Amino acid sequence: MMESPTSAVRTPTAEMPPKIAVIDLWKSFQGKEVLRGISLDIHAGESLVIVGGSGAGKSVFLKHLIGLIRPDRGHVIVDGEDLACADTGVCLAIRRKFGMSFQEGALFDSMNVFDNIAFPLRRHTRMSPGDIAARVRECLALVHLDGVEHKWVNELSGGMRRRVGFARAIALAPEILLFDEPNTGLDPITAAAIDRVIVEMRDNLPVTMVTITHDMKSAQRIADRIAMIRSGQILAVAPPAEFLRLSDRYIQSFLAGEPYPDNHEEVA
Amino acid sequence: MSEATERRRPIAALEWVGERSTHAFEEIGRFFTMLYLTLYWSVRPPFDLRQWVRQMVRVGVDSIPVVGLTAMFTGMVMALQTYRGFERFHAESFVASVVSLSLTRELAPVLAALMIAGRIGSSLAAELGTMRVTEQIDALSAMAVEPVQYLVVPRVAATTLMLPPLVALADGIGIAGGFAVAVGLMDANPVVYWEKTFQFLDLNDVFSGLIKAGVFGLILSVTGCSKGYHTTGGAEGVGRSTTAAVVMASLVILLSDFFLTKILF
Repeated sequence: MMESPTSAVRTPTAEMPPKIAVIDLWKSFQGKEVLRGISLDIHAGESLVIVGGSGAGKSVFLKHLIGLIRPDRGHVIVDGEDLACADTGVCLAIRRKFGMSFQEGALFDSMNVFDNIAFPLRRHTRMSPGDIAARVRECLALVHLDGVEHKWVNELSGGMRRRVGFARAIALAPEILLFDEPNTGLDPITAAAIDRVIVEMRDNLPVTMVTITHDMKSAQRIADRIAMIRSGQILAVAPPAEFLRLSDRYIQSFLAGEPYPDNHEEVA
Repeated sequence: MSEATERRRPIAALEWVGERSTHAFEEIGRFFTMLYLTLYWSVRPPFDLRQWVRQMVRVGVDSIPVVGLTAMFTGMVMALQTYRGFERFHAESFVASVVSLSLTRELAPVLAALMIAGRIGSSLAAELGTMRVTEQIDALSAMAVEPVQYLVVPRVAATTLMLPPLVALADGIGIAGGFAVAVGLMDANPVVYWEKTFQFLDLNDVFSGLIKAGVFGLILSVTGCSKGYHTTGGAEGVGRSTTAAVVMASLVILLSDFFLTKILF
């Protein structure tokens, strides 16, 4: 693993225990091994971007971090508590530290934008309706959306859906934010706007961020460190500038957007 | 055909049987796991009363027309058929008793449950299935909200609680339908018909029908939710789950009807 001792994390956290420690994570679905012994430390306050080809196991890995999928073997330790061994009650408690944004937003289509963002607040806090409304507006302002509170989910464009998804993810002021392919399927301008929102959140909120993407441009904009997953294993972890200089052939093909001769993932 | 293919044939058949059995056991396991989780989460706070009421309106109030029409025409046909049959050995006076007994004990609960399986079981599977494939269920989990508690418990509770009153209503409408046909078309004496309707009808007949209705409600809603909850494979998967939910729920309703009748009567 190629990790720089002087990784460009915004807050020096080397001596602190990692926010999330992933230890030897294995997972297979119907006999097919998707994760094959992933170990990775995610430090408090950093923005880690995980890149990799389609079918490399990125989404499965991200879902392990929040306990949506249980590993066959290995541990996910969040602030010292093992999510993989936790029972449902503890798991729900640990999940409250997280906010997660899904690929297509995963907004509740039976609710309007306001109710979507207010949902976690109503569910987990005793805030008054006035405070909830204020918090919803604040979250929408953070993602540069105004006047959409009363729109229904099907009235929103792809980019707006993602941003409402972000707003919902940050509503409870989580310590850790997870982004699942935040700008896949968006045009370059909208994708850049989404990246800008993520960077602003990174800079303005006291959060640890993990983003998965296969868009290298986006990864460079968002990341403090970039990790490459290939065939269910971590191929490399490095700060963006260093990552671009890595000599691994697969990484170079990935960066250049060229076909790789022995790419089984695409076929799988 | 080569010798190797000939030899492989019985193995393939065994594989097919094995695969099907595994699948069947998997389905049964999922049903009981969902039932267990629903019961487990239904007694734990927070209790989402607004969701319960919304689902009860959807299952109960909104189903009144379809269940009412089914019951009315069943009662009418029952009266028509039995009248024609009983006329042959001059037992027309028993038509009312036959209609009321068969409706309360059997027809109203089973037919109402089958109609609700089509109307609600399918929509539960489609709704939860769509939520599954669009990651809305994952989003609930990610927000530290237990999906079974938030989505499944109110739906199962509403269906189980609303089927008995629906069936009680169906009993009444069915009997009224029978009365209308017998009196209006067959010239039966209204006073005698009305008297005969209740002459052999026990309160136990009505209650056992209502108990059946509750059990059917539980079965069809858990089946619908379980099918939807475990949907995979996008829009096509949602379609598959919806069909499977209705077919499975209908079959299990008819199957359990026999055993319930055996136990309750």
